[in-house]
Amino acid sequence: SQALASCLLEQLDPSKHSLGYLYLLEAYSSGPILREQASGYLLTVVEFINSCSAEQIRLTPDKFVSVCKSFKDQVMQLQVAIQGVAPLRTAIRKLQTSSEHLTTLHPDFLLLCLLSKCYKAALSILDDDIFEVDQPRDLFLYCYYGGMINIGLKRFHKALECLHNVVTAPMTALNAIAVEAFKKYILVSLIHNGQVPSFPKYTSATAQRNLKNYTQPYIDLANCYVTGKFSELETSIQTNIEKFQADNNLGLVKQVLSSLYKRNIQRLTQTYLTLSLQDIAGAVQLKTPREAEMHVLRMIQDGEIFATINQKDGMVSFHEDPEQYKTCEMIEHIDSSIQRLMGLSKKLSSIDEHISCDPAYLTKISRERQRFDFDDFDSVPHKFLQT
Amino acid sequence: MDGDDEGVAGPMGDEAMFLNGGDDGHQQQRGIKAAMGGEQMDVEAYASLYTGRTKVVRLLFIADRFGNDGIQLEALRLAYDEIKKGEDSRLYREVAGKIACRLGPQYALDQAWADAVARRAEQRKDKLDNELNVYRTNLIKESIRMGYNDLGDFYYAHGQLGDAFKNYVRTRDYCTTSKHIIQMCLNVILVSIELGQFLHVSNYVGKAEQTPESPDPITVAKLRCAAGLAYMEAKKYKLAARKFLETGPELGNNYTEVIAPQDVATYGGLCALASFDRTELKNKVIDNINFRNFLELVPEVRELIHDFYASRYASCLEYLENLKPNLLLDIHLHDHVGALYTQIRHKAIIQYTHPFISVDLHMMAGAFKTNVSGLEKELKALITDNQIQARIDSHNKILYARHADQRNATFQRVLLTGVEFERDVRAMLLRANLLKHEYNQRAPARKA
Repeated sequence: SQALASCLLEQLDPSKHSLGYLYLLEAYSSGPILREQASGYLLTVVEFINSCSAEQIRLTPDKFVSVCKSFKDQVMQLQVAIQGVAPLRTAIRKLQTSSEHLTTLHPDFLLLCLLSKCYKAALSILDDDIFEVDQPRDLFLYCYYGGMINIGLKRFHKALECLHNVVTAPMTALNAIAVEAFKKYILVSLIHNGQVPSFPKYTSATAQRNLKNYTQPYIDLANCYVTGKFSELETSIQTNIEKFQADNNLGLVKQVLSSLYKRNIQRLTQTYLTLSLQDIAGAVQLKTPREAEMHVLRMIQDGEIFATINQKDGMVSFHEDPEQYKTCEMIEHIDSSIQRLMGLSKKLSSIDEHISCDPAYLTKISRERQRFDFDDFDSVPHKFLQT
Repeated sequence: MDGDDEGVAGPMGDEAMFLNGGDDGHQQQRGIKAAMGGEQMDVEAYASLYTGRTKVVRLLFIADRFGNDGIQLEALRLAYDEIKKGEDSRLYREVAGKIACRLGPQYALDQAWADAVARRAEQRKDKLDNELNVYRTNLIKESIRMGYNDLGDFYYAHGQLGDAFKNYVRTRDYCTTSKHIIQMCLNVILVSIELGQFLHVSNYVGKAEQTPESPDPITVAKLRCAAGLAYMEAKKYKLAARKFLETGPELGNNYTEVIAPQDVATYGGLCALASFDRTELKNKVIDNINFRNFLELVPEVRELIHDFYASRYASCLEYLENLKPNLLLDIHLHDHVGALYTQIRHKAIIQYTHPFISVDLHMMAGAFKTNVSGLEKELKALITDNQIQARIDSHNKILYARHADQRNATFQRVLLTGVEFERDVRAMLLRANLLKHEYNQRAPARKA
């Protein structure tokens, strides 16, 4: 039947007869694909994705998804993940009903970006805000991979957002994705903020109770970090180094270690106006003033502190943030933020209104209102008052 | 002026407490004031400030603290004499054991005396118990109350404090007048202080103060002292200071079974210095006429408070250092000396830097009897704690006051709030969507 399908495929035009093409392609994909035909298959799918019509494929999203998934499997099997990046991105754009819509293809796309290390390619998808989700399971994977890509791009605050969403998502049973996400969340929190915040109120009870049981080495690391002593942190890392390696988190852990210096130096800026490199080295537990100079220099270049180094005296002078909030760019930034937030607020109000009109919600509310006399509080129509 | 290097550079947390008492039992006639002063501790004068069990307990405490034989033996001798006037055979044996025959045959364990006391105790206890049973059968409230009270007194005299406590508490149900209640409360407070159960002390002070008739001034003063002691044990130094400062001069020597008026001055003064701000210090301590009577008894404390207020920090700290060894021998204060001294020192530093835009660290180190690097460490701790708004110029050794730029800070906060709002709302909308899915998946199941 595969031969038949491929024969028929040649007869059809993917852009005009997308739906039919899709059915045939799906039938072709559902069987095993032989190695010799693999590259030809890949080409066919790529061409289809690029030329198909979006409205047609949205009529049968399942089949489209199934084709893309087998495409992804093939690409991974042949270890040419990079070939799948652009096509899957196009596929997502065509499948989405809006840019706020999360499809099942999102996590697959991010997976390919990760495997092929094309982090930047994922940016356009990642920067879209997601408000509509098909399958909760997709969200977990999407946010987890998104977190990893952001870590790779060193956008730690965005990574934190993604991982935070995984950890605090509603869940009734603990899943492995949440556990792994929590481990990375701890590490990225330490790098970015210097501490791990406690679970917010809206975290599911399952997560609050169980996540810590599976991530003890990371919690120990976090506790060590907060004390601020470099040697203790190093010891703590050494004791658990196999676990970190097994989780593929060793690179992140090393970043946590180097971030400790940064944090300690930043704390010094709160107390001192000028400080000798010797004293900085002593305060932060570095071995020589030369090392202290390197660290301070790098931090100045990265914009993490504002300071000047006087090499003649071996002194560092710390300055206040020179930002005066008076430039045109800053005003524009503030203005656009305000606009964006107003839009978000409107969205929030409209969703609130929508829920207030939702029949399921009203039924639930009315059940609690039955205590009152109907004549006095007849704002809820009777038909909603059935049990 | 460069600070001497011998000065204390950090918080005074060490427990060095031994005085060089070279004299072996050599009495020196000194006034009572010297007993609490900075000179070598005169044990006899100190002990004469107190009566009852607290005298013995304090003497034993001093004896334990001193490795030096002279003072230790002096304290034990006085304790022995005091105990023999009483009926506590267990404590007697303990003291005799500690003396270990070092003071001669007169101060050895007198087994005959101990046995006689025990016999007397047996008899008295039986008598009291019988009387109590009679009263209980007769159901005369006042007699039952007195019976329990006597039992309480009996146990207290014999050092069985737990039983004493129980019996005093039992009188509560049979108290009919305010006087009875106050008597019961004072007894319970006395026992609780010795037992170290200051929660009870607070409770019963409260009960005593709530009686319908206000008690006489002496009792009021006693209750204030007890309350102050309870707060001090709980490390609530501000409240403790207030209580001690409110104690009227009527206290005099009426509460020596617990506290001496010198103690009121010392505890009150030190707690106030450690916890009050300048206004409160002036109003409640310096201008307080009643408290002045107490302060006269301990001129060092009076001087150091005035020095602190007048910003003569070097002399203030010197007085404190001189007082420290004796204060470490006080059973109530010794745990808190470290904390109080640290707080006073910090307050002094903060007050010193407050009026200036820039401060030369060398001069400041001289004023605080420390060296510049030690001072820098202390300042760093205070700045990190946000008690001082300043920055250290480590190169030139100057402290610069730092006034936050409100406008920039506001902009920063605003932008941060915006970012957080956006992040939280987006996450919330996402979660709402997920919950809707969950609900939609479950709802059909319910209808079916």
